[in-house]
Amino acid sequence: MATERYSFSLTTFSPSGKLVQIEYALAAVAAGASSVGILASNGVVIATENKPKSTLYEEGTIHRVEMVAEHIGMVYSGMGPDYRLLVRNARKLAQNYFLTYKEPIPVVQLVQRVANLMQEYTQSGGVRPFGVSLLICGWDHQEERPYLFQCDPSGSYFAWKATAMGKNAVNGKTFLEKRYSDDLELDDAIYNAIKTLKESFEGKMTANHIEVGICDKTGFKRLDTATINDHLANI
Amino acid sequence: MSILAYNGGCVVAMRGKDCVAIATDHRFGVQAQTIDTDFEKVHQVAPKMFLGLVGLQTDILTVRERLAFRKKLYEIRENREMTPKVFSSMLSNFLYERRFGPYFIEPVIAGLDPKTSEPFICNMDLIGCPNVPDDFVVAGTCGEQLYGMCETLWKPDLEPDQLFEVISQSMINAFDRDAISGWGASVYIIEKDKITVKKLKTRMD
Repeated sequence: MATERYSFSLTTFSPSGKLVQIEYALAAVAAGASSVGILASNGVVIATENKPKSTLYEEGTIHRVEMVAEHIGMVYSGMGPDYRLLVRNARKLAQNYFLTYKEPIPVVQLVQRVANLMQEYTQSGGVRPFGVSLLICGWDHQEERPYLFQCDPSGSYFAWKATAMGKNAVNGKTFLEKRYSDDLELDDAIYNAIKTLKESFEGKMTANHIEVGICDKTGFKRLDTATINDHLANI
Repeated sequence: MSILAYNGGCVVAMRGKDCVAIATDHRFGVQAQTIDTDFEKVHQVAPKMFLGLVGLQTDILTVRERLAFRKKLYEIRENREMTPKVFSSMLSNFLYERRFGPYFIEPVIAGLDPKTSEPFICNMDLIGCPNVPDDFVVAGTCGEQLYGMCETLWKPDLEPDQLFEVISQSMINAFDRDAISGWGASVYIIEKDKITVKKLKTRMD
């Protein structure tokens, strides 16, 4: 009962200093499909499960890995519809920046702006926080290096070398801590990302049931099933 | 008379070999009456970037301050220096925001990229249509005369001292044929490791 009293208004702190609606949003993320991201020396990879709930689903039509700009892509854990809104806004932010400065938006800038949007949804009236955490990866043309960021419903964001979100995020992170090294190449990173997903994957893993996005200095792309199959064959 | 020619004045910028030059006259007048002979229309906006603004004096001052504001915000937000290319896109957007009630100015930008030292020159009309050539740009009440002079004197790959000579002669001989420009001039030569400012004494009538 004590927590319920503070659980409706978004902007009311509970006596212990928590905003419980935001904690619930994080719970929605923790219940979502797992996704991982790994930084390599020459690029960055993001990957996620995309397992249909029924055999009647048409595969390969709904995507979880999305391109935001030529050099930026993202993936999520949590609620699909909330993610679509964030993808649309992120693309707009990226284009807006490009039109103003005639220069591709630095990944840090995009992440900051998306995080700002997510923060607004924790303090505005008539809305709820987003039920998603994002992994945003991209290539920084100024510093000539890749970046991997996580954005949470609260609006906080982190730069990772490697991380996991969603179901089994804790196990995923422990696995990555053991596997990660600074001199990883992009292909090794893809291998490790798939391997991390496989740790918690229920049933047999096929190319149709995972999605992988990679980004290097040539830009971001989502891998097609044939390429994912090649990587799966190595595992 | 056009409000762009109310106060008079002119600016010109040129590309040289690994350097750029930008020059301004010193006159500030109200129609035919000269008020001040020490009004420079070129401002240093970054260590290696200069902005020249000609047109209505009040708008010159406003645009200069508003651009400084936006540039500072950008540099705090992104924690890096603004390149001339980015600066001119920002300026172009800024001017187009006032598409139907424009600032009566014509800007000229000259500078070197802070990282690559690539020379950059650019000018715009009052609503921000950019023009980025690889020779020279002109603006002001004696723009036609300046075009004529620049087309005759400018050639590719001028060294800094040659560039100074070319831009000074272009400037002086152009504004001597204009009643509302002149009264002295300043020339800025921007090189990778130094900036030279030279004041030109010219006829004062």
